[in-house]
Amino acid sequence: MLLSTGDPVHDIFAILWFLLIAVLLIGYFILDGFDLGSGILYPFIAKKENEKALVRRAVGPLWDGNEVWLLTAGGALFAAFAPAYATSFSGFYLAIILVLFGLIFRAISIEYRDRDPKWKKFWDIAFFLGSFLPALLFGAAIGNVIEGVRLVGAGDIAGTSAAAVASADTAAWFAGLSPGDYAGGFFSLLNPFALLCAITGLVAFITQGAAWIALKVPVGSELHKRAVSARSIFNILELVVFVLTSAIFFIGVAPTFDGRSLLPLAYVFAGVFVIGWALARFFISKGNDLLSFLATNIIPVALIGITAASLFPNLIPAAVNPEGPITYFLLPGADIPADSITIFNAANSLLCLTAMTIITVIALPIVLVYHVIIYRTFRGRISEEDTGY
Amino acid sequence: MELLTDAVLLSRLQFAICVIFHFLFVPLSIGLGLFVALAETRYYKTGDPKDKAATKFWAKIFTTTFIIGVATGITMEFSFGTNWADYSRYVGDIFGAPLAAEALLAFFLESIFLGIVLFAREKISKKLYLVSTWLVFAGSALSALWILIANSWMQTPAGYEDLGTKAEITDFWGAALNPSTIARYLHTVDSVIILASFVVIAVGAYYLLRKTHVDAGKKFVKTGLIVGIVSVVLMLPFAHMQATVVAEEQPAKFAALEGQWEDGPAAFTILGWVDEDSKTTVGLAIPGATSLLASFDASTEYPGLNTTENAVSSFSAYPGVKAESYQGGNPPVNFTFQAYHLMVALYLLLIIWLIIAGVTLKGANKGKTLGKAPLYLLVFGPLIPFLCIQSGWIVAEVGRQPWVVYNLLKTADAVSPVVSAPELLITITLFVVFYLVLFIAWLRLVLGQIKKGPQVEEAPAAPKGGE
Repeated sequence: MLLSTGDPVHDIFAILWFLLIAVLLIGYFILDGFDLGSGILYPFIAKKENEKALVRRAVGPLWDGNEVWLLTAGGALFAAFAPAYATSFSGFYLAIILVLFGLIFRAISIEYRDRDPKWKKFWDIAFFLGSFLPALLFGAAIGNVIEGVRLVGAGDIAGTSAAAVASADTAAWFAGLSPGDYAGGFFSLLNPFALLCAITGLVAFITQGAAWIALKVPVGSELHKRAVSARSIFNILELVVFVLTSAIFFIGVAPTFDGRSLLPLAYVFAGVFVIGWALARFFISKGNDLLSFLATNIIPVALIGITAASLFPNLIPAAVNPEGPITYFLLPGADIPADSITIFNAANSLLCLTAMTIITVIALPIVLVYHVIIYRTFRGRISEEDTGY
Repeated sequence: MELLTDAVLLSRLQFAICVIFHFLFVPLSIGLGLFVALAETRYYKTGDPKDKAATKFWAKIFTTTFIIGVATGITMEFSFGTNWADYSRYVGDIFGAPLAAEALLAFFLESIFLGIVLFAREKISKKLYLVSTWLVFAGSALSALWILIANSWMQTPAGYEDLGTKAEITDFWGAALNPSTIARYLHTVDSVIILASFVVIAVGAYYLLRKTHVDAGKKFVKTGLIVGIVSVVLMLPFAHMQATVVAEEQPAKFAALEGQWEDGPAAFTILGWVDEDSKTTVGLAIPGATSLLASFDASTEYPGLNTTENAVSSFSAYPGVKAESYQGGNPPVNFTFQAYHLMVALYLLLIIWLIIAGVTLKGANKGKTLGKAPLYLLVFGPLIPFLCIQSGWIVAEVGRQPWVVYNLLKTADAVSPVVSAPELLITITLFVVFYLVLFIAWLRLVLGQIKKGPQVEEAPAAPKGGE
């Protein structure tokens, strides 16, 4: 399979959309990272009712806009690379549904907890589990995709040319498994590298959450103290887990894709991770809440950067050897596995990508203005009066 | 049991459960968004604490509802990929763009300004707050536009080229403004406003019944009545537009509406039953009435189900039909028929209920003692538009079967090949249980909020507190 759509302009748009989806995911992991993390920490660091209220109020006005970044990334994947959306969402079916239930209950728990004192225990659990499940499963999904997954074979899944598709037996195509469908099972998603990625993501979210709570709640309160110590502990854990995951990556995963054109960039992002981590460490030791929080947000940028750089130009790389855990090669000048879903064979049409680009160029600045408005409106620490207690 | 092993059937069942549940909350929140903005506009003008209380009250019910709509909407966005992978591969080039545009242009708008409406009343100026309430409504109406563009494209595809295993977009505006988009949008948005106006009337009637918050109750009935009358009247031209589009573009659905088997002018059946085995429809019918509704001419002929069952190369014999390269295939006829007639019957009930509301309001304004029966009828009134909307969508979605993309992709071909029946049984069970929990939580909260009523803040020198 050629690493091109056959049209250089189309290629540029495909690459642009790969980058845009990475940016959307970075936006999501920065913005929703801290409120997922806050939700995970919630039962552990907020002991009293007023403390719980403070944590909820810290994410209350913001989580909805934050979560839209994920919906947008999902929609963008559908709109730019439909076969990749179809394969990943149907292939990781049960895991995606679990994420979904997490997001649903989390959203509703934040809004209902204050209004519904009778069910407050239920909503507290929903807030925690609804934050924990997505935070864990996002990393697992990314780990699996980096490794490569088993895909149903036979070539041209999106149809780079009309003739190629028209000649296919469309009735057979629709009747059974489609080329590009996920062929592994639920449990093969639970492999060591993916699990380590899951924990890496989880710990990063928790660190962001702790830094956010420390930034938002009154200084000197018990809650602030607990958030500060959680921030410090999880920041250290972040580095430990990252080193472990990197070790497995270097030993088991990376050697299988020597020579990938963008892989060196992954090492650059690993450098970004280390710098971001060191900055966070420095500000944490200084006790600067604002700069600590900002620095913890460099971590998700680095993690998504590493992911994007080690995937490109794949969206869902196919496992070359379905028996082995580690899966694919791309030597300089060599083809990637023919069954892989790449940005080139999965790219939607040039017209579709152009229309999407125009919509994004118009909408993204407006979206950023909204975010400036809401973060300015709710800037500063929350006082006890804000929570209604 | 076939149901337990048939992945297509289970996928359809799961989608139906999820989308019906989602669409209990979405119409209510879009419609109530309008009433929140209207109430805030009034407060902006009068500065009366009672009006502020009304905004706060409706904003609470709005957000309690809105959040379930948002959360269960994530299910819908995910479901195309999780359960309808071959569909996603087929339509991704066209369907993905409106979905992403919905998120970028509409979701951000409504979610961010909702945060402001909920939490920032005291932090921003009165004018900015007013603008925020209107922006939340605009965001939800815009989101409805994008998702209805996507749905309309599936009903009446346009601006594409069929490449066998995928459709590719060739004309963006042609696809976005396909033949049914505008009629469907107007029909749908008007219906959600009707629903909200009935809810507002019901809450008002409840206060009149309980003799609490009587002033607010009267105001609610009045506001709901005005908006309700306007939107119910507007439904007539919108319904006509919709009927015309169905007649032009979806001949099998149109024939199924009236269970019309033979070619000829379309009647309107007042009460009837379709026997699909013997291909007959019995009932009390007004000849030519449906032709009249769709084309303003009772003698306009339309193809019957015996014709629409098979592919038709040209509908040139029928001036009211525009469908091209028609592939054939009839929907479940009786189901479509009954759902359509239920919708029409419920629409007539809406008119009766508005009359009851008008008479009640007049009585209340004159200070008469109100009878309990009409008030009870009004309190339960929202059930009518709720059912009406659901039956309307059943007509739209069941009526286009066996196609998921009309004339292009069959529903049975659209499912995810890798999702198995046991997995679907697990997820359907989870959806039913979790959605039931959410429904109970929502109902308790909303009923509690209504019971409590609008809370007027103590004005500096209020002669008497409360109502």
